[in-house]
Amino acid sequence: MIEFTNVTKSYSVGTKALRGVSMQIEDGEFAFLVGPSGSGKSTIIKLITGELKPTSGSVHVNGYSLERIRKREIPYLRRTVGVVFQDFRLIDNKTVYDNVAFAMRVVGTGTREIRSRVPYVLNLVGLEHKSRRHPGELSGGEQQRLAIARALVNNPSTIIADEPTGNLDPARSLEIMTLLQEINNLGTTMLVVTHEQNLVEQFANRVITINDGLISSDRMDGHYDYED
Amino acid sequence: MKINNLGYLLKEGIRGIFLHGFMSFAAVIVTVACLLIVGSFSILVYNVNIMVDELNQTSEVLAFVDDTLTYAEAQTIETKIRQIENVYEANLVSREQALKDFIADHEGEAAFAGLESDVLRHRVVVVLEDNTKMEETVGEIRLISGVEDISAAYELAEGFTTLQRVLQFVSIGVIIVLLLVSLLIISNTVKLAMYDRKDEIAIMKMVGATNGFIRLPFVVEGFTLGMVGAALAFGLEWLMYDLLVARIQAMDTLNLFNLVAFQELLLPMILTFCSAGLFVGIVGSWTSIRKFMNV
Ligand SMILES: Nc1ncnc2c1ncn2[C@@H]1O[C@H](COP(=O)(O)OP(=O)(O)O)[C@@H](O)[C@H]1O
Ligand SMILES: [Mg+2]
Repeated sequence: MIEFTNVTKSYSVGTKALRGVSMQIEDGEFAFLVGPSGSGKSTIIKLITGELKPTSGSVHVNGYSLERIRKREIPYLRRTVGVVFQDFRLIDNKTVYDNVAFAMRVVGTGTREIRSRVPYVLNLVGLEHKSRRHPGELSGGEQQRLAIARALVNNPSTIIADEPTGNLDPARSLEIMTLLQEINNLGTTMLVVTHEQNLVEQFANRVITINDGLISSDRMDGHYDYED
Repeated sequence: MKINNLGYLLKEGIRGIFLHGFMSFAAVIVTVACLLIVGSFSILVYNVNIMVDELNQTSEVLAFVDDTLTYAEAQTIETKIRQIENVYEANLVSREQALKDFIADHEGEAAFAGLESDVLRHRVVVVLEDNTKMEETVGEIRLISGVEDISAAYELAEGFTTLQRVLQFVSIGVIIVLLLVSLLIISNTVKLAMYDRKDEIAIMKMVGATNGFIRLPFVVEGFTLGMVGAALAFGLEWLMYDLLVARIQAMDTLNLFNLVAFQELLLPMILTFCSAGLFVGIVGSWTSIRKFMNV
């Protein structure tokens, strides 16, 4: 569960990125987070992953209180939250298989478990035939599916995606959103930041709209509340 | 830490070395160069120190006793000299003993064979505590009645002591500066290698790797680089030193230079090179990774 209560966030420069955000996303939910550029969407994601601390208010994520989390607990919080970014963030000199296996190894998973889990998630995202390729040999859509496989492989309860389709054409974008929806159907909580109005409307999920650091609407019918 | 993690960490550390071949090569070369310079300088200082010590021990003061005095009278002079403050050791050598020593030193030289002991005088061999005060002490010995003549090499003694002091001072300075420079260069080299992998580190943090886990492959990498550098430098140092010693001994027919064999320095050298390699490798990688560790 993700819960924000009266959260404000000011950057040291003095920008007030969030000005009192309260929201709650239940386990197993699928929510879009939309809003104009600079409205504070990425800031919300960084607060969820513990990359930033709230200036005031409280942030609870999967049992951790982010406003008072200790530095050495942050890795364990992050194992409950898979993250996907617009720019994929893959390791180019590792194969598809190793990019996914790497995420398991660095949290201390044993080889035997890695060997059975990696093919499973690669299959889930439709990349089982490309496991020996390198990211540079994949299309943008395939690279993003690889990033999703990596986010998924440690079996997090939540996945957050910051504009995952920002670098993809409409057809690939729809594929990625559909994949995220399928993963959500398997029980993973999903928070997806996006700009793409028509995609959001196709899925009829919850839509949280943020404007200038404040939530301006929170609807369950897949509708946008602002114009770009 | 589980066994399979340990294997992974070692593998990642070693893999990193080859993945960043040029950086690793550069780090090793820098380590070898710095350790070679520090090592050579240490060996040089060590040898010069030994030689100066040896020379210095020979710069004793001889107080010759008046011809007309008996051995027993000479003994009271020995006692008086011993009471002087800066005197470390004073030993009376009879004229008979002096002659024996002289003949022994010039063995086989027939010219000295028939020498009589009364051509020599009783003498007190004096070793000083502090050779820099030789002139003062000699003045005091001269005041003792019955001391007829004194032989002392002031300039030589002072020269040696000054040389030794300057050398120690300079060498400690040079070694410290070189170690700092090499640490700095290596730390920067490792830092560049880390920078090269900042994306990988960011991904590790993103998926929830602990800082300790992220750090370890890099420490393994730094450790391995440091040790490879130390081993290479050690081998080269040995080779170069042996060549140098052979060369000097071939030229030095007078046996002026008495160089210590490398084998004698083996243990201290291994310890020095290993600890320097370890220090430089681990401290270098540890300090450079710290800045990537801020959440
Ligand atoms: N590191 C930062 N330092 C200062 N200001 C920042 C920083 N990151 C973001 N901001 C500012 O905070 C506001 C919200 O940014 P962000 O959360 O990235 O918005 P979005 O993801 O919705 O485009 C913007 O005004 C942005 O300029
Ligand atoms: Mg953003």
